[in-house]
Amino acid sequence: MDSILPWIILLAPLVSAAVITVFTLRWKTLSSAISVVAVLVSFTNSCLIFALSTGAAAEFTWIGIGGILQVPFGLTLDPLSRTMVVLVSGVGAAIHIYSLGYMRNDEGKSRYFAALSLFMFAMLGIVLANNFIMLFMFWELVGFTSYVLIGHWFYRDAAADAANKAFITTRIGDFGFIIGILMVWMATGSVVFAEIAPRMPALASHSTFATAVALLIFCGAVGKSAQLPLHVWLPDAMEGPTPISALIHAATMVAAGVYMLVRVAFVVQTSSTALLIIAWIGTITAAMAALIATQQNDIKRILAYSTISQLGYMIMAVGLASNDAAMFHLFTHAFFKALLFLAAGSILMMLHHEQNIWRMGGLSRRLPITFLTFAVGALALIGCPPFSGFFSKDAILALAYEHNTPIFAVALFTAFLTAFYVIRLLVIVFFGKPRSDIARESHESPAVMTAPLIVLAILATLGGFAFFARKFLALPVEKEVATVVPVLAIIALIAGSGLAITLYRNRASEPVDLELLRHKFYLDEFYRWLIYWTQELLARASAFFDRWIIDVGAVGGTSRGTWSIGALLRLIQVGNLQGYVFLFGLGVVAIIYFAVFR
Amino acid sequence: MITLGDYLLVSGILFSIGFAGVMLRRNLIIILMSLELMLNAANLSLVAFSRFRVDPGGLPNYNAQVFVFFIVTVAAAEVAVGLAILVALFRVRQTTDVKDISSLKF
Repeated sequence: MDSILPWIILLAPLVSAAVITVFTLRWKTLSSAISVVAVLVSFTNSCLIFALSTGAAAEFTWIGIGGILQVPFGLTLDPLSRTMVVLVSGVGAAIHIYSLGYMRNDEGKSRYFAALSLFMFAMLGIVLANNFIMLFMFWELVGFTSYVLIGHWFYRDAAADAANKAFITTRIGDFGFIIGILMVWMATGSVVFAEIAPRMPALASHSTFATAVALLIFCGAVGKSAQLPLHVWLPDAMEGPTPISALIHAATMVAAGVYMLVRVAFVVQTSSTALLIIAWIGTITAAMAALIATQQNDIKRILAYSTISQLGYMIMAVGLASNDAAMFHLFTHAFFKALLFLAAGSILMMLHHEQNIWRMGGLSRRLPITFLTFAVGALALIGCPPFSGFFSKDAILALAYEHNTPIFAVALFTAFLTAFYVIRLLVIVFFGKPRSDIARESHESPAVMTAPLIVLAILATLGGFAFFARKFLALPVEKEVATVVPVLAIIALIAGSGLAITLYRNRASEPVDLELLRHKFYLDEFYRWLIYWTQELLARASAFFDRWIIDVGAVGGTSRGTWSIGALLRLIQVGNLQGYVFLFGLGVVAIIYFAVFR
Repeated sequence: MITLGDYLLVSGILFSIGFAGVMLRRNLIIILMSLELMLNAANLSLVAFSRFRVDPGGLPNYNAQVFVFFIVTVAAAEVAVGLAILVALFRVRQTTDVKDISSLKF
């Protein structure tokens, strides 16, 4: 029985997705019920496994090619994956229930819930996979479901484009990822984590190879976890329904990159160069995303950039070789970011999908529960002491302080920026006077939406405390620096919040105007330019090849060649019968000469 | 004694005369006649070969003579067709001179 439980976790959402797609597409309420039941089954089983500390699951061979490639279809059950399974299915369950309210009147409700179930299946698959091939398969499946869900409202061009962008951008990272997997396989002869781990130290001596492998594997995480330079898809992905933004683009899918790096830490940590690069990419991403977030006006985009920034922190922790710190932040971030998105969704729902924060204002009285829960999430995000974010961010900052001072400085600056833009958001949205009619007429969301908010708010508050988190995670050990870092972090926090409050209190429009940040460092424009010119050059090269080599050379050449030979040959077509006879006679003589005398 | 060489010499002369006729004469009827001459030159050499090759039984090898019959038959048919074409051509062109019949060219 024990070995079946983990499979139920994985397969329940798949069954739900299949049943909905095949049978119940027409009955929307039934579809949503099936999906919710499936995720609850997964969640209960996850809790069971977590409580029982199940360590084994049935396993079978999936692909077996002699001694060359053995791919089992098996599940990893260690403390890390057990925690992650509870987290993913728990947040997933909250968001499924919330979706019941948010997507109540949606045309494509069945499709939405089918995709949501499929996503849960894929995400749980990533968490439980015990080898690279399975991991990659689920990894791609997550990418696909993300595409489907971002493009849920596909009749809106922006949503369809965002879905394409997300899929293609993450594919770029995945390309590196699969090359990395192949290199690992080549070097160790196995794709199973448990078999690779003991063989990796032998690779450390080939430092260039090890670095290349680690960085290629990291490429996958760069795409999925929206790190520089492939972060551009995440803000656009906010075109999808808000629960999707919360589930996929805040709590689970984007965290998959971090989880994957932690899972294969034995590969990544064989190269110190790769670790340093990873740490810096995380740091720069965190700072850059925070800078961009300070000048955005769309509530979901601000949250998206904050997600990128927090993911940067996690990647930074991975790069500083502390999986515990990364997972701790992932754990707390999942709660407070899902909370923030769901609260934002509650606001949007009541404001008829008005996303511009300058058209909100004074919502604290209109949506009290939403406000309170959002505030909890915001305080957790900026790392305000009693809330979960404080502990996990502090752990990462302490880690950076210990290992790499420049990274610590940037991280601290990012913490300051985080406080600044989150408090800016809070002040503009919830305080002051309502700046539009819809903001004036708004009221609180239904209970099916506020209940998950409250649950998540409690978790976001508790999640950081050692007594709670220790049950789920191995907490990073803090050294003696622990006193300096929190003080600095709190100073940064107070400075950022203070600045934001003084700047934005009772404002009706943006007082600061930084062109560069508002345009996201012109990265989208740069990519557009890059893609345009790449495509243009390729197109011109192909056009040249087609026009000159194929048309003129191959096709034209054949016709012209035939024509020229014909022109030459018709010179002997004189029309004189006796001329022909003469030539014929010469031919016969020549043939006889060659046949007889040679 | 007349040897095989003598027959072949006559045959060669006949063939050459025929070939020269085809090459040099302009009148299509003469050309056709020259063609017949060439065919008969070939027939003569075939018959000569047959006569001078004696099988172990003492009889000549008749294969070539049978072949000659075929050639004679085919030649008769060819002449019939050739003359028919000639007549048809003459009706159209009012000439039998090959110099005037040169439209089949570039």
